[in-house]
Amino acid sequence: MTVERLTQPVLITLALVALAVFALISGLDPVLLGASIIIAAQPLLLAAIGEMVVEKSGVLNLGVEGMMIIGAIAGFAFAVESGSPWVGFLGAALAGAALALVFGVLTQVLLSNQVATGLALTLFGLGLAALIGQPYSGLKPPAFGSLDIPGLSDLPVVGPLFLSHDAVVYFALGLVIAVWLFLGRSRPGMILRAVGENHAAAHALGYNVIAIRLAAIAFGGACAGLGGAYLSLVRVPQWNEGMTAGAGWIALAIVVFGAWKPWRVMLGAYLFGGVTILQLNLQAANLTPLWLLAFGLFLFAIWRTLTSRAGPIELLLLWLGTIALGTWSAAYPISIQAQYLSMTPYLVTIIVLVVMSADRLRANQNAPASLGQVFHKSG
Amino acid sequence: MKFVKTLAAVAALALAGPALSDGHEPMKVGFIYVGPVGDFGWSYEHDQGRKAIEEAFGDKVETTYLESVPEGPDAERAIRQLAQSGHDLIFTTSFGYMNPTLKVAEQFPDVKFEHATGFKRADNVSVYSGRFYEGRTVLGHIAGHMTETNTIGYIASFPIPEVVRGINSAYLAAKAVNPDVSFKIVWVNTWFDPAKEADAANALIEQGADVIMQHTDSPAAMTIAEEKGIYAFGQASDMKQFGPNARLSSIIDNWGPYYVARTQAVMDGTWESTDTWDGIKPGLTEIGEFSDKIPAEVQASAQAIIDGIVDGSIHSFTGPIKKQDGSDWLAEGERADDGTLLGMNFYVEGIEGELPN
Repeated sequence: MTVERLTQPVLITLALVALAVFALISGLDPVLLGASIIIAAQPLLLAAIGEMVVEKSGVLNLGVEGMMIIGAIAGFAFAVESGSPWVGFLGAALAGAALALVFGVLTQVLLSNQVATGLALTLFGLGLAALIGQPYSGLKPPAFGSLDIPGLSDLPVVGPLFLSHDAVVYFALGLVIAVWLFLGRSRPGMILRAVGENHAAAHALGYNVIAIRLAAIAFGGACAGLGGAYLSLVRVPQWNEGMTAGAGWIALAIVVFGAWKPWRVMLGAYLFGGVTILQLNLQAANLTPLWLLAFGLFLFAIWRTLTSRAGPIELLLLWLGTIALGTWSAAYPISIQAQYLSMTPYLVTIIVLVVMSADRLRANQNAPASLGQVFHKSG
Repeated sequence: MKFVKTLAAVAALALAGPALSDGHEPMKVGFIYVGPVGDFGWSYEHDQGRKAIEEAFGDKVETTYLESVPEGPDAERAIRQLAQSGHDLIFTTSFGYMNPTLKVAEQFPDVKFEHATGFKRADNVSVYSGRFYEGRTVLGHIAGHMTETNTIGYIASFPIPEVVRGINSAYLAAKAVNPDVSFKIVWVNTWFDPAKEADAANALIEQGADVIMQHTDSPAAMTIAEEKGIYAFGQASDMKQFGPNARLSSIIDNWGPYYVARTQAVMDGTWESTDTWDGIKPGLTEIGEFSDKIPAEVQASAQAIIDGIVDGSIHSFTGPIKKQDGSDWLAEGERADDGTLLGMNFYVEGIEGELPN
């Protein structure tokens, strides 16, 4: 059996099991840890899955950060005014989509440069959100409770870990499945991908390239808006100017590293959120994050051994390195510069996703061929 | 994102700059902030100081600010733009602007610069800061009394002397009233990232902390403390609205009087490069109102510490104090000198974990 044959969902499950094992041997509570990681991953997951669909249609929207922050304030404002977080999330999705459509009209109809317009969208979103947000500082949003499924949520371990989150967590999971089915298994999804691969050909076949792309852009904006609202309504929960603090850019990176595949994008979001939370928890528990690297190396060594692609010398080095790093971090908790601690989420995410898409040819094939190119009917 | 935002702000400034030079223009005062003015913490209070200047001088001054300017090399460009566009006095309000400020100051000898929390001066560069560690002695005292789990969580930004000093001073004060207290410290490596600050607060609570202190700029930790039903302190700003039940007290940075005085000095032509480090007594560091959650006798003892710091009978670092490695630092009754405090790069004895370097 080789790991390559395993499907992405199985890999994600394996990663979860590995995480629980790691938490247990580190003396952290795997259930609480899992819940924190899920919360930290949601904003990235929502924004990244939306942007992935946009890029699949051949459009590069760099304004994710701007749409997220607009979603954060719109979600907060709608929730506070109406008293219902549901209205908040709905408002956030609409606001994100509306801002995205500004980008859509500029780039698709007026044919402006996508990179410049996307950057401008971020600036505009940050400024507009600060303006709208003036009266909302210091307010408390209505609580967004978790779904409690009678009987099931009370199950030990499984209950708190999988069955007692807020609705958005399940919605996001459903969204990943839906996007996966839509792009890979449905005719409209295939048309959307065709538009992204070669807009001239899609146009020649009679598809309305601009309308399809505008729909994708609006979807991406709605997802980014939801991601932003998750920050201001659940994860923090408060309104603070500039509170996305770069999450939109990380979402963009996750799309690329996830090779435009829904499950990998999800894995990327969870990895990034997971390592962020893990390194904070390791610090709080007075453990060195080097310990996390040792564990990562351990997983990598297992993977290389199972796939039997590596030569004996590489395997020997890998296992020796794992043992050495593990012993070292357990025996001598050395201090590390704070910037390296903060680097770990980026580092681990990049390493894992690079390793997973090591086959450059296949990874490149997956990038939409018309990404970022201007389409005009006269074309 | 921050980079781009700065770029745009700088571009706007560059356009606006030359249009205003007719010889009778008001004095221009510029500010560089590390976070957004709406962070309700550090940058917010600096901006209150800027507003104090506008209020005091009216038409005679014109103020500008650039917010969310990242620390490091990119800051240099932002500072230079302020200098080039005719600003007479520029406040750079974060530790990481130290070297960029000095570099730009060298190229603009006629412009006066004021760098907050740094330690490098030049003929046209003053440094100024608050003795916030005095405030942390008061907060640490309260925290030591209020914790029931004997675990105080501390969200730290960067391992610079300013932050390390705050941890040490809070720890010593808490330990003095509660010998069983332990500090759990999380370094988030940012001044402002509400999501990460909230995550850090949650991680600390999971590790048993029931009082949270912070040295980051947003009220995110306060919000989490309120939600989880534990205690926290306002940092740089009062933050009461974010945690009506959670907030025990706060350290409030009051920059206004200093900013007004320095602006006046430039107007009068009496400005000189100075080194200002003011604490509770001169009023640069204020302690926010005590919450009624704090028992009366603790409020009284905390007030006694404030009074003691004001009349000079109490100093946050008074021996005997050992360093974390067990070596002697201060002998019985000895007080730490400012030089050691300004360069503090060690934990005091009793703090667990290693200080990142």
